[in-house]
Amino acid sequence: MIFAIAVFAPLFGSLISGLFGRWLGDRGAMGVSLLFMVIAAAAGIFTGGQILTGLVPASTVSIGDWLHVGSFQANWELRYDSLAAVMVVMVTVVSTLIHLYSVGYMHGDRSVPRFFAYLSLFTFAMLMLVTANDLLQLFFGWEGVGLVSYLLIGFWYDKPSANAAAIKAFIMNRVGDLGFALGIALVFFLFGSIQLDTIFADAPLHNAATYRLFGTNMHAYDVIGVLLFIGAMGKSAQIGLHTWLADAMEGPTPVSALIHAATMVTAGVFLMARMSPLLEYAPFALTVVTIIGGTTALFAATIGCAQTDIKRVIAYSTCSQLGYMFVAIGVGAYQASMFHLICHACFKALLFLTAGSVIHAMSGEQDMRKMGGLARRIPYTYVMMWIGSLAIAGIPVLSGFYSKDAILDAAYFGRGGGYGFICGELATFLTAFYSWRLIFLTFHGPSHVAPEVEHHVHESPLVMTGPLAVLALGAIFAGMTLRYSFIGGGQGLFWAGSISDIHHPNLLTQIEHTPLFIELLPSLLGLLGILTAFVMYIAMPGLPARMAQMFGPIYRLFLNKWYFDELYDAVFVRPYHAVARVLWHVGDEGIIDGIPRGGAALVRGSSGGVVRLQTGSLAGYAFVMLIGLVVLITVFLIFR
Amino acid sequence: MIFDQIFFYLFSAVLVAAAVMVVTSRNPVHSVLFLILCFFNAAALFLIAGAEFLAMILLIVYIGAVAVLFLFVVMMLDIDFSQLRAGVQRYAPIGAVIGVILLLELVLVVGGWRFSASAPALRLNPAVAGISNTDALGRVLYTQYAFLFETAALVLMVAMIGAIVLTHRDRRRSRYQNIAEQIARQPADTMTMLDLPIGVGVKQLGILRPKPKLAALPAPAEAPVQLASDHRVPEPITRVEG
Amino acid sequence: MPLSVSHYLVVSAILLVIGIFGIFMNRKNVITIMMSIELMLLAVNLNLVAFSGALGDLTGQVFTMFVLTVAAAEAAIGLAIVVTYFRNRGSIAVEDVNLMKG
Repeated sequence: MIFAIAVFAPLFGSLISGLFGRWLGDRGAMGVSLLFMVIAAAAGIFTGGQILTGLVPASTVSIGDWLHVGSFQANWELRYDSLAAVMVVMVTVVSTLIHLYSVGYMHGDRSVPRFFAYLSLFTFAMLMLVTANDLLQLFFGWEGVGLVSYLLIGFWYDKPSANAAAIKAFIMNRVGDLGFALGIALVFFLFGSIQLDTIFADAPLHNAATYRLFGTNMHAYDVIGVLLFIGAMGKSAQIGLHTWLADAMEGPTPVSALIHAATMVTAGVFLMARMSPLLEYAPFALTVVTIIGGTTALFAATIGCAQTDIKRVIAYSTCSQLGYMFVAIGVGAYQASMFHLICHACFKALLFLTAGSVIHAMSGEQDMRKMGGLARRIPYTYVMMWIGSLAIAGIPVLSGFYSKDAILDAAYFGRGGGYGFICGELATFLTAFYSWRLIFLTFHGPSHVAPEVEHHVHESPLVMTGPLAVLALGAIFAGMTLRYSFIGGGQGLFWAGSISDIHHPNLLTQIEHTPLFIELLPSLLGLLGILTAFVMYIAMPGLPARMAQMFGPIYRLFLNKWYFDELYDAVFVRPYHAVARVLWHVGDEGIIDGIPRGGAALVRGSSGGVVRLQTGSLAGYAFVMLIGLVVLITVFLIFR
Repeated sequence: MIFDQIFFYLFSAVLVAAAVMVVTSRNPVHSVLFLILCFFNAAALFLIAGAEFLAMILLIVYIGAVAVLFLFVVMMLDIDFSQLRAGVQRYAPIGAVIGVILLLELVLVVGGWRFSASAPALRLNPAVAGISNTDALGRVLYTQYAFLFETAALVLMVAMIGAIVLTHRDRRRSRYQNIAEQIARQPADTMTMLDLPIGVGVKQLGILRPKPKLAALPAPAEAPVQLASDHRVPEPITRVEG
Repeated sequence: MPLSVSHYLVVSAILLVIGIFGIFMNRKNVITIMMSIELMLLAVNLNLVAFSGALGDLTGQVFTMFVLTVAAAEAAIGLAIVVTYFRNRGSIAVEDVNLMKG
């Protein structure tokens, strides 16, 4: 029951704030949505605590029936198990912090109630996603977060770039959703049901099933796995369907923090972890996941090194970290992936909100080249950025160290994880590099701040810095405190069967015994990255420009995001526009509009011809009448 | 018995001749007068056929009312007699053909018909002997055909109303009230409160002008009374392109 | 030959034809058309009365009465229309009556 409150309270907050925002006013809407979020967070923590400490067993909370079509059944049910509880706690807490932060960040905006309504609605959709007990409700939440993401990215809808970015995000998500929907269909085809319990129980049974695709019989579970992963790729911005994430930074910073750091993009990882009982039987799919995840981790990190927009660097950082999570999934260490997900939520949200604080201080400026020397002006923000960056770089003690190390160690030991391991290690170096590049460019060095902005540089209000502090605590302590439960000795009891690793049973114990060098390698690479950034941006500030010149093509490749956008434009967008144009001019205007127009022209033409009968001459009419009369009489006489 | 034949031929000859003159006469007044002659002769023919009531009715109604009406209109419209269009060339050939066909058909019909054997038995209202034609008609009209009689009266009334409506010219000759507009008047439309400085003349204040609303009232009807003799065609009508 | 219905029929037919030709053969004015219509109606009346007399049936005469009524009404309305038309157009020559041109 309380679990249901945790899930549905944000919905009420959203509805009240959205529908009655005009009467509540800005402060009222903020207060209402914040209140409901706090209720949800409290309920989430309470119920989460109950199940994660093993006080209550896993169960389902039934809300109502939805669809019963033949043998296809879908119900509104909340799955109350460890995986869901972990996600619920994370989503509600982070969302509450973001709501609080938005009170300060969105102050004075034109349509504040709408923003808070969207934020709460998003939270609700995400909660429905993570507590889904069947694939259709999961898909509902999946689509819901995609929709609200579109609404929030395009929140400032009078900016054409925001509109374009919102549509780009939505459409790319849809491409992934196609794979997801096909996966659900195939699951139903195989299992006859989309209830998670049924699927997980029957997972061993259909292991031998094959599915004919592209002319060959493929292992059905692999096909399902790949299809579901395609959906995850769209949602979590893996390589190929990643181009939307950077442009999604058009939305307000709290949106980036909530959606594109902690919650929506992690939905893909969550899906993989949730379907782990099934994926365990699909080794090929897991290999695909590993390869794509590793590639994304490295690829996104390279792009992040060359970006100049502060939020885009962090966006590509998110993309890269998600790659890490998928590497962990691919080698079978789902628990490590979830561990990194939670830690990442803390420090990535922290990074985004800190960047928001910087932007707020800079009166909206986001280009790092126009910043510099801000450390003394906004010291609190500066410290927060350091904490977040240390966490992401995997420096010991902070949370990223434990979670990243867990992933890399799993990749080291896991079957097929070699590629992921190498990519991950390289990406670690680059992660540290670009994170400190960001810090140095923004806070250190000579100030390139525009004069008119210079005056207004100020520290953010408490309502914005408060959440930063909470997230910083999480970034620092989440790793060391949660390690035991998530991947350590207590993980079995903690997860209590909600994650399955049947075919990788000893992976987590193996991680405990990694060689020291492998354990310390990420930290070393991180320190190396920091050092490199220091050299390039503080010690020898002219070096980046010279390197960019020397490695011109490579630099341009990174700067232009490996030309993915241009590729997609040429391959998809332009032909699509051409086809649309043809269909519009020829099909719609010509043929479909031509039919009524042609009919009208025909009528007009023929009536123009017929109207010549109406000469208007009275005598003529009389004469014609006479002729008609004579004809009739003749006919009558002949055929009497 | 031969008298009725002679009279018949006499009256029908005059009738046909007059009919031809109606159609071909140049002067429309002559046409109407010839029409009246037609009616007279037709009345005579009616008499020969034994329908004396109808003959008299023809005289009273047709000649006394309809033909007089024609005369009124012809004289009222003041048609210029000099405007004679060229003859009948355009339709002549086709007209002749039609005429021949019509003639053949009529000859066929007139020549080749006869009463059927059961005709007498099918009479609806056989004439009763011993009473006058008027009496006999009355007995039938006001009993069997009373409803149709009333309807015919209604038709006449409608015709009367129609003729009035069509030709009635309603011209406002006086300044009239538009009650709706009067009631809808607002003080703001007609009054402005001004604070006048002392000693300033009205002209300097510039308020010597009608308020816009008042100025939009229609001016009194200016059209002069139309006299009967005014009906002159101002200038010759140029031929309208057809 | 003794007077019979046929005589009347012939006269009536001739009158009808004259009326018909009067309608479309005239070039002068519209009132001539109206008078031609009256001629045609007269022809019909003559026909009806002839049959009434020949058969000894009063129905023909009753019918004629109604035809008379309608003819009078129609003449009145027709002339009113002509008058109104003349007021608006200033001419009643048949060729000028062509406003209903399509």
